Amino acid sequence: MKIAVCVKQVPDTWAEKKLRVDDSTLDRDAADGVMNELDEYAVEEALRLGEAHGAEVTIVTMGPDRAAETIRKALSMGADAGVHLVDDALHGSDALATSYALAEVLGGRGFDLIIFGSESTDARMSVVPAMVAERLGVAQLTFAQKVDLDGTSLTIERVTDSGFDTVSATLPVVLSVVEKINEPRYPSFKGIMAAKKKPVETLSVSDAGLDAAKLGASAAWSSVVDFAARPPKAAGIVVVDEGAGGVNIAEFLTDQKFI
Amino acid sequence: MGEVLVLVEQSDGAVKKVTTELLTLARSLGEPSAVWIGPGYSDAAAAVLAEFGAQTVYVAGDEAHAAHPVAPGAEVLAHLVGMKAPVAVLVASSADGKETAGRLAVRINSGVITDAVAISADLVATQSVFGGSTVVHSTVTSGTPIFTVRPNSTPPVAGAGAAVRSDVAIELSDAAKKATVTGSTVATKGGRPELAEAAIVVSGGRGVGSTEGFAVIEALADSLHAAVGASRAATDAGWYPHQYQVGQTGKTVSPQLYIANGISGAIQHRAGMQTSKTIIVVNKDAEAPIFELADYGVVGDLFAVVPQLTDEIGKRSA
Ligand SMILES: Cc1cc2nc3c(=O)[nH]c(=O)nc-3n(C[C@H](O)[C@H](O)[C@H](O)COP(=O)(O)OP(=O)(O)OC[C@H]3O[C@@H](n4cnc5c(N)ncnc54)[C@H](O)[C@@H]3O)c2cc1C
Ligand SMILES: Nc1ncnc2c1ncn2[C@@H]1O[C@H](COP(=O)(O)O)[C@@H](O)[C@H]1O
Repeated sequence: MKIAVCVKQVPDTWAEKKLRVDDSTLDRDAADGVMNELDEYAVEEALRLGEAHGAEVTIVTMGPDRAAETIRKALSMGADAGVHLVDDALHGSDALATSYALAEVLGGRGFDLIIFGSESTDARMSVVPAMVAERLGVAQLTFAQKVDLDGTSLTIERVTDSGFDTVSATLPVVLSVVEKINEPRYPSFKGIMAAKKKPVETLSVSDAGLDAAKLGASAAWSSVVDFAARPPKAAGIVVVDEGAGGVNIAEFLTDQKFI
Repeated sequence: MGEVLVLVEQSDGAVKKVTTELLTLARSLGEPSAVWIGPGYSDAAAAVLAEFGAQTVYVAGDEAHAAHPVAPGAEVLAHLVGMKAPVAVLVASSADGKETAGRLAVRINSGVITDAVAISADLVATQSVFGGSTVVHSTVTSGTPIFTVRPNSTPPVAGAGAAVRSDVAIELSDAAKKATVTGSTVATKGGRPELAEAAIVVSGGRGVGSTEGFAVIEALADSLHAAVGASRAATDAGWYPHQYQVGQTGKTVSPQLYIANGISGAIQHRAGMQTSKTIIVVNKDAEAPIFELADYGVVGDLFAVVPQLTDEIGKRSA
């Protein structure tokens, strides 16, 4: 079986994120880059499926040069190979452009299963997996909290607002996972050493046969008009509980007409 | 005035509150039409859609539309966009809603803006990004603009519509039928409003200490007809189910009132609740960063403060 995992490098969630003044894109140099946390669960699920059913796991990422660190991390967790799509022409791509580029790179490589995190912590759109499924015309099994592979039949528990739906499809499948699904492993020392020898293919826009007119900020289907930091919240009232803390809040809530 | 398509969100045939918000918003952009996917359309549903201004209701009522996730909604909307050339398409910012909008955007080659909190008459969307720290205005520059709109961003206001039914019969593509829903399991604790939609959310964190501790949080929530939320520390510990997690990797909520109990206010938690209109904090550590967001905060033990508050609300609402 051939599994691809799409991982994204994002700014560390502990850092304050800012937009760049010049082109309204995320300032990626302002913070350390880390693997999108939910994508760690996607890598872990790929490795587990590979251990149980036998699979070659390829990591696919689109991002600037330093996104190679994120591929390296996934390789040291145990993935077999990496594909890094990197090109200045990709800067400023929106979700439609990203899904176009990823679908082109993924299509035609014969993957049985393509695994995503269910959301990136920077864009927070939760649309790229569904868009890739639409573009490739393959089954979409997303927001999985549990995955069960039986031969070529894949069944998941899709998280809903009220619980979960059971959804199945036959491979090939686009899968996205939520953090509840597993506990990602830490790379071992052996894994880190082994990762150095694993193959990473670096592709430019033209290597990948992509149409540059559909990529980058100038091609984006949506654009930022302006942005501003939210004005700081006016300081509220803080009191120390001296036995009437609950009553104090009730008074505040009454004043504000909540009760 | 141009038509604005609003995808209906429903739960067992009942129109969700977020749809009444979207219809209200749609009226400021054009003439709202509701789009109903799957079986279960009823007079009761029609009455709600009419009350909030839907002039037309497109009903794609085939059983098959409910048997496959997400893709059927996108195909029905794509068909309607082709036929009606609407000025915009509005979808709720739920997991299903965003994915439907995403697939639709690919199908009709149009831009999509997710998690809008407002849309102006000239179709400029306001988004609150990076956990509410930055406010962005953006527009769709290509195709029919598609917006997903956060629950609780527009107060629903009635406005008479005719809700004229128009049936849509389209054959789903083979690709849309590749994934099949075989069952649905409800794990929600009954009786409370849904977290993402609730006007009031009462949350507990590590300070709640245990599963049993959450009884205090639930009692306060019930006294206010609120939903219960939890920090990741609490869901990771298994004290409260994961789907109630608020924050970066959980739900984003933006209620009228958010009450944070025993939560320190890590950046990833704030990312999910910072845009709440009024915030109340109970925490025994006066240095906890969550106090920076508080409209009203009490430094104290939640096991003393919260039950007293619940009692007091009971007395005042009696
Ligand atoms: C990539 C990533 C994503 C994350 N996503 C999320 C997310 O979606 N949601 C989320 O919540 N977190 C998330 N986190 C975790 C986040 O960093 C914090 O660890 C978490 O929010 C802490 O939860 P807490 O405030 O309940 O616990 P703590 O930080 O331990 O705070 C507990 C608070 O309770 C107070 N307290 C203790 N006992 C009492 C008492 N009896 N009465 C009153 N107060 C009391 C303490 O003073 C303390 O302030 C994420 C982390 C990462 C790295
Ligand atoms: N540039 C990228 N490279 C690789 N995978 C990506 C990229 N952007 C998004 N993804 C994948 O799509 C998922 C959802 O992202 P999003 O729709 O941006 O919230 C992520 O968890 C990744 O698995």
